[in-house]
Amino acid sequence: MIGTIVRRLLSMLPVMGVVAVCVFLLLHLAPGDPAAIIAGENVSPENIARIRAQLGLDQPVWRQFLVWVGSLLTGDLGQSMFWGDSVTSLIGQRAEPTISLAFTTVMVAVFLAIGLGVLAAACAGTLVDRLVMGFAVMGFSVPVFVVGYLLIFVFAINLKWLPVQGYTPISEGVAPWLRNLVLPSIALGMAYVALIARITRTTMLDVLAEDYMRTAKAKGVAMRPMLFRHALKNAAVPIATVVGNGVALLIGGVVITETVFNIPGVGRLVVDAIARRDYPIIQGVIMVFSGVYVLVNLLVDLSYTFLDPRIRD
Amino acid sequence: MRAGAEPILSVEDLHTHFFTQDGVTRAVDGVSFTVAAGETLGIVGESGCGKSVTALSIMRLLPPGLGRSVGGSVRFGGRDLLTLDEAEMRRIRGDRIAMVFQEPMTSLNPVLTVGEQIAEAVMIHQGKSRHDAWARAEEMLTLVRIPDAARRVGDYPHQFSGGMRQRVMIAMALSCHPQLLIADEPTTALDVTIQAQILKLMLELKGRIGAAILMITHDLGVVAETCQRVIVMYAGRKVEEASVLDLFDRPLHPYTRGLMASIPRRRPGAPRTRRLQEIPGMVPSLREPLSGCPFAPRCPLATARCTAEAPPLEQHGAGHVVACWEAGRIGVS
Ligand SMILES: Nc1ncnc2c1ncn2[C@@H]1O[C@H](COP(=O)(O)OP(=O)(O)O)[C@@H](O)[C@H]1O
Ligand SMILES: [Mg+2]
Repeated sequence: MIGTIVRRLLSMLPVMGVVAVCVFLLLHLAPGDPAAIIAGENVSPENIARIRAQLGLDQPVWRQFLVWVGSLLTGDLGQSMFWGDSVTSLIGQRAEPTISLAFTTVMVAVFLAIGLGVLAAACAGTLVDRLVMGFAVMGFSVPVFVVGYLLIFVFAINLKWLPVQGYTPISEGVAPWLRNLVLPSIALGMAYVALIARITRTTMLDVLAEDYMRTAKAKGVAMRPMLFRHALKNAAVPIATVVGNGVALLIGGVVITETVFNIPGVGRLVVDAIARRDYPIIQGVIMVFSGVYVLVNLLVDLSYTFLDPRIRD
Repeated sequence: MRAGAEPILSVEDLHTHFFTQDGVTRAVDGVSFTVAAGETLGIVGESGCGKSVTALSIMRLLPPGLGRSVGGSVRFGGRDLLTLDEAEMRRIRGDRIAMVFQEPMTSLNPVLTVGEQIAEAVMIHQGKSRHDAWARAEEMLTLVRIPDAARRVGDYPHQFSGGMRQRVMIAMALSCHPQLLIADEPTTALDVTIQAQILKLMLELKGRIGAAILMITHDLGVVAETCQRVIVMYAGRKVEEASVLDLFDRPLHPYTRGLMASIPRRRPGAPRTRRLQEIPGMVPSLREPLSGCPFAPRCPLATARCTAEAPPLEQHGAGHVVACWEAGRIGVS
């Protein structure tokens, strides 16, 4: 087991290497000059050249890449061009809101989605099924910012049930922390719920048609244990896979959600950095997000062993 | 043999239809029979003649929205199972009537241990604690002669061979001491040597528990080895019923005679090659309502009357009924 985990962790390295190359090339080939942005308006070309030299932007691209990857390998994400602070500490300062948002969203979304998917499968072909699937199609096709502004408009501005925007650290109390997270979590989780609910329904329908479900019924098992004990366990592997893959949706969504709800998290950090062409921050955040994605999917792969005894042997 | 004993199951004029896009299939078309306490009744017939649907109708396990019993009654324990609500039916399934299916490879849940699957029935119906139910599961595995039961009880189905899985199915079915065990082709998927062992085991346990068995098979050999009485089904109907001895001595329906002529000679270990497909012609479609005898198109003795008018079931000797216009002629020959 330990051997497998180590082997899988090592297999992350080439993936992350490819990510590093792509991110770097994409940024450095895209238009925009951080030096010009830092220097401001009406500056002489000499000044810009000086700033470029300070930032190392005058070096050939391959050289810049090697320097960056070299420090990456020592765990150093570099310095922000704009703030001068280390990218690691900037991300660290912004981590709590993002982790909070991700945590509440995933927790609620996974349970809600699986519940909805099972319900739809159990009521296949009925109105309930069609309502759930209708919601799933909608949740998947309406963009995060539309849902976000709609939620703010209805629940914060009109009904005044919840705060409009912002973030309260958990150190100031769980209740205010949660109140600020409710709407962004819904906005962020919508597509994720839709995705997981769909796969849950499809997989459950396949499982429900299996011979062993008839055996369970012939034994006198009631509806609920039929669904959750006998069927859902068999549907677990495809569902876990989508829970893992769907994290990509969340990562994309977190950037938009933090902007809409004015949450000072890592997503906002990267949005601001993009506006300033602050390459090290953008690169650093993307590396961290990619790392999280790859790691989550690694965990999902490892979970198969626990979910399906046939994979165990 | 307990002829004349009070029947525990009495199926009366059962009609079960499938409603598909292409129309209505009359899978079971007016079948009646009884099962006495402790007896083994066989249902035999070619594939597609409605044996499994009969069993599923009794258990009310037809695919929902597709198959439905539209007529007749299934009396068991003084009640008509077809009129019970789902909760009442659940209390009977697995407790008073249990079922063993044809496919041991797919009939057990792959993600639950065999112990969990056996213990579940015991917990549901006998209200035993998890611990006691587990002990019972182990006991049942010993009873069906799974070696090293104490350890195997925690294994998953994929860790067992087909024959062993069928033993697990039998253990599960008998764990609550049902009055009736419905076995739908329990050995068809197994090879010949294992078949014999499983049948022997079923008969032995049936005696111990005092259950009756409804043995569904396409194999008259299985009937000969296990049953006291047998009904022969064709195209959703019962065409003949007799004691096993009587049926083998004096088969009256041409279809039954065809089945007997096509019993494959089997040696232990030989691969199962032939099924009962040797009667020339095809099983009729169950979509169109049949006029006349359903077997007439394939029958060597068919007359004009056979294609025009369906023969009723008639008594030909004690406990021997047959639906054939020419049965008198056959009986004499
Ligand atoms: N799920 C189903 N959908 C539609 N028709 C079915 C289904 N199951 C059985 N039938 C019909 O019922 C007939 C009898 O099937 P069955 O009882 O399974 O035969 P067997 O005697 O081989 O067990 C079949 O010929 C088929 O036409
Ligand atoms: Mg069958």
